[in-house]
Amino acid sequence: MDETVAEFIKRTILKIPMNELTTILKAWDFLSENQLQTVNFRQRKESVVQHLIHLCEEKRASLNDAALLDIIYTQFHQHQKVWDVFQMSKGPGEDVDLFDMKQFKNSFKKILQRALKNVTVSFRETEENAVWIRIAWGTQYTKPNQYKPTYVVYYSQTPYAFKSSSTLRRNTPLLGQALTIASKHHQIVKMDLRSRYLDSLKAIVFKQYNQTFETHNSTTPLQERSLGLDINMDSRITHENIVEKQRVQRITQETFGDYPQPQLEFAQYKLETKFKSDLNGSILAEREEPLRCLIKFSSPHLLEALKSLAPAGIADAPLSPLLTCIPNKRKNYFKIRDK
Amino acid sequence: MMSVLRPLDKLPSLNTATILLVGTEDALLQQLADSMLKEDCASELKVHLAKSLPLPSSVNRPRIDLIVFVVNLHSKYSLQNTEESLRHVDASFFLGKVCFLATGAGQESHCSIHRHTVVKLAHTYQSPLLYCDLEVEGFRATMAQRLVRVLQICAGHVPGVSALNLLSLLRSSEGPSLEDL
Repeated sequence: MDETVAEFIKRTILKIPMNELTTILKAWDFLSENQLQTVNFRQRKESVVQHLIHLCEEKRASLNDAALLDIIYTQFHQHQKVWDVFQMSKGPGEDVDLFDMKQFKNSFKKILQRALKNVTVSFRETEENAVWIRIAWGTQYTKPNQYKPTYVVYYSQTPYAFKSSSTLRRNTPLLGQALTIASKHHQIVKMDLRSRYLDSLKAIVFKQYNQTFETHNSTTPLQERSLGLDINMDSRITHENIVEKQRVQRITQETFGDYPQPQLEFAQYKLETKFKSDLNGSILAEREEPLRCLIKFSSPHLLEALKSLAPAGIADAPLSPLLTCIPNKRKNYFKIRDK
Repeated sequence: MMSVLRPLDKLPSLNTATILLVGTEDALLQQLADSMLKEDCASELKVHLAKSLPLPSSVNRPRIDLIVFVVNLHSKYSLQNTEESLRHVDASFFLGKVCFLATGAGQESHCSIHRHTVVKLAHTYQSPLLYCDLEVEGFRATMAQRLVRVLQICAGHVPGVSALNLLSLLRSSEGPSLEDL
């Protein structure tokens, strides 16, 4: 086994937390049951890793096997990457061909290899007709850097692909080209949508976030359900603004629905608008050029936070449509200009 | 027609003391109400919670003995809401039956209202200003206790002490006046 491959596998295994190790190794399916049984997982991590490397050597692990392990690790730790969304389109009048996974993979790999000579491309198919692609980039003269790969998750029955953000941006156009051509599309466009939560991006892009699940609570009238948590049953307390509270609940429910919101960490608004002021003769109001300004909302769970603003009394309902349109418009990056 | 709250427009109910908490954050008001109702009290306590004034018209509302405006120092919206609500309170309420409660002073980095602003507001309306981080259970319980005692006085349930007495007592123990600061 190549020294670089051994080092690569070692570093990957070291990243895996002990409580996930057996699960990930089983998913990798490279070391046999018998081999795994010989490992004492209760030892110190360094000893376990050494033993595992030894077993990989016995089985002559290749670069591709190592890359596959890296893919599986990333699949388990999706949130460590930030994902961008790309949308492809077919040309006018183009037929919808039957998708051939094998042909796609071959074509994709060939395009990259022809352009760069040194590139490691690995695939792992998952459910929902998705394929995870791992690309380690090199150049005409340098070997691929296995420690800064790019991941692409392509849903073959859709025109959408999700790509992990990386610092090596110069390869993005080539990657886009390879993806487009291999999947028999004509054009690729980056959407203004980005997050660490791949599942949430999927839910937004495929419009699957608004399913209300049937639970035993669904037969209770909405009013009782949502206000029951708020109103103290103590009869000594009176809520004067009960009508207003109901209005806010109703508007919030109409805007956000009953379902859990997809998880996003931020929304960014780039404003290029002229300054508007009630005061006459203000210096800024006389300015012809638009002011430039960037507003960023951050939260561990932005949409849930926005949903709770009006019921918490922190903002008026209804909220600005610029905030509430995020899942519907499938964007969390906005550019706002004067009309 | 704008409705104004007046302190003596209704007859009091027997042994009942009613407090009105006004503030934008319902959860905080609810918590404070719960804390107050936990207190042992000879009077029958009633708590009304409102986001803002004027209140929706209602004949069934008991006489209000004490109004507490809860201002969240983290929110300019909260201050604005209080200032607008104050316009709907009759002047006679300010003879000891109104007080301001500022919450959030403990997290100074989150404060968007300067302490001086609420001090000035309370001074303008000649009413006491209390500080309490309502989100902290211990502080809230202590404040609840205090408010219950003040409420009983304002409802006239403490012989020999009236709301006005209490107000002048609090004023005389105040530090230097705003102008001297």
